[in-house]
Amino acid sequence: MDSHYNPLFPRLIHALFISVSILMLMPMVLIIAISLTDETTLLTEGYRFIPSQISFDAYRVIFEVPQPILRAYGVTIFRTVIGTWMSILLIALTAYVISRPRFRYAKIITVLIFFTILFKPGLVPSYVLITQYLHMKNSIWVLIIPALLNPFLVLVMRGFIQTTVPEELIDSAKIDGASEFRVFWQIVLPLCAPALATLGVLTAFYYWNDWWLALLYIENPDLTPIQLMLYRIQSRIDFLSANPELQLELGITELPSLSLRMAMVVVAAGPMMFVFPFFQRFFVRGITVGSVK
Amino acid sequence: MANESPASVNRTINRETRMPPLPVRLIRGEWRHLLRQRELLILALPAMLMMLIFDYLPMIGNVIAFTRFRYNRGIFGSEWVGFRNFEFFFTSQAAINITRNTVLYNLAFILITLVVALTFAVLLNELPRKWAVIYQAMLFLPFFLSWVVVSYVTTAFLDFRHGYANQLLASAGQSPVRWYFEPEYWPYILNIVHLWKSVGFSTLVYYAGIIGIDTTYYEAARVDGATKWHMVRHITIPLLMPLVIILFILALGNIFRGDFGLFFFIPNNSSFLYGTTDIIDTYVYRALTQVADMGMGTAVGLYQSTVGLITVVLANWVVRRVSRDYALW
Repeated sequence: MDSHYNPLFPRLIHALFISVSILMLMPMVLIIAISLTDETTLLTEGYRFIPSQISFDAYRVIFEVPQPILRAYGVTIFRTVIGTWMSILLIALTAYVISRPRFRYAKIITVLIFFTILFKPGLVPSYVLITQYLHMKNSIWVLIIPALLNPFLVLVMRGFIQTTVPEELIDSAKIDGASEFRVFWQIVLPLCAPALATLGVLTAFYYWNDWWLALLYIENPDLTPIQLMLYRIQSRIDFLSANPELQLELGITELPSLSLRMAMVVVAAGPMMFVFPFFQRFFVRGITVGSVK
Repeated sequence: MANESPASVNRTINRETRMPPLPVRLIRGEWRHLLRQRELLILALPAMLMMLIFDYLPMIGNVIAFTRFRYNRGIFGSEWVGFRNFEFFFTSQAAINITRNTVLYNLAFILITLVVALTFAVLLNELPRKWAVIYQAMLFLPFFLSWVVVSYVTTAFLDFRHGYANQLLASAGQSPVRWYFEPEYWPYILNIVHLWKSVGFSTLVYYAGIIGIDTTYYEAARVDGATKWHMVRHITIPLLMPLVIILFILALGNIFRGDFGLFFFIPNNSSFLYGTTDIIDTYVYRALTQVADMGMGTAVGLYQSTVGLITVVLANWVVRRVSRDYALW
């Protein structure tokens, strides 16, 4: 087992990780391969990694009628950009307030925040509240507001402020007559830039990939984000292929073709696969910073 | 005391009665604090409102669990039924099934991910940093896909007519399997899919832990003639243990909380598979959206939150006994 004596050992590790990497990538390659396969070939041969008949028809269809997917992209981009900005501001602001050592209510607010991590409000009461009392169903804001305040990230941010922003700096600014908000805006925020970046990546990733809020509260096709659009396509296909008689009744003769479905996934999920990996380290920082109370 | 004149007693009483009663004094004192720190309070207001509306109001809304909820009557106008919703749920077969599924899947996820990710991290550490980074990026890729996208990936493999799995079976001379109708395969499928998506993240966490270990330990061991295996066994693993234990116990604390996306999208919400794929979270979702039995849905959610709270508190208590530094509170 010793690499000093056995030069084979590192090679074995390489071999292991090369095969694991292939296993990791294979499923995604299969999706791309299907999206590039000719439709009749798919029907006769099934899904193959190496298509015997390549065709770009699926992509052509998508780009000829791009409105639905562009619309979905628009909704997703809107909620991600607006949601991320609002969320980091709110989180940082709250973290600043509860990190003040002489603030009398810091402790009780912290406990209130922390308790929401421990005891989750149930799905059904939240649903009743949002749909019956707040009337937020089918509003773009239901995709943003309920997820704004992530209690875990508030506590992470509080820890960061406590360890990196010197208390003397804040005190001297206050002696010079700066208001609390000004201290937060002009001293604390700039000093927290690295933490804010981590927060921003985590939050943007959440908003981009989230389907949960949309699944519960969005029925309007114009407000459907990408993730939900993909789910709706999938479930409609499942439903219609399980009830062929309905298909005739509704006059739907053709389901989206097999290659078209996969092309949709590639177009919808693909671009971010080139963006998020660059921020890989932020995800780990999020959890390791979190372990520092 | 006996020498004290009645007059002086009277005087002290008078002095006290001149002051306002205790509650008023407390409120006034508090009010002064509120005024003095109003700036910070105003800054805290948005978050407090968000929590009040989206967390604490729904917690109060849990009273739906004790009613036969009707939309048109509202929460407090609906008929009060006591514990009947809970009775109905706990005497049903579903209670045992979904609780068992949730707990067993979570246990399997925790253990499998721990073993595989820890092994990967230790092995990655044996390679030059350049290679470790490349492999890690590969392992991490599925993490960025949402469960909806992953469900397309799994249908590409498991689709009855065109799926890759059945083609493999056919080329091996086996008859195809109706994956979305046969519950017995799903414990394996769900574990594989979960591992595929999450192993990169856990590996990176452990790898970061290993890199953080002081290199002088390894240098000293090398001078003493230790083999690689000795170093892994006696330096890497023991020094990584606190991190492993903490993550393990924290995960145990969440054992009643299932990953909704995995259990809802990957089995395509196929009712034939509920025996092995239904968890508390998917059950509550269906109670809400398909059956519209709000009372029971709330009751099950309340059961989950309560048991979850108890396990987190227990887990934290255990962590505190192991090491105070790592306890959540």
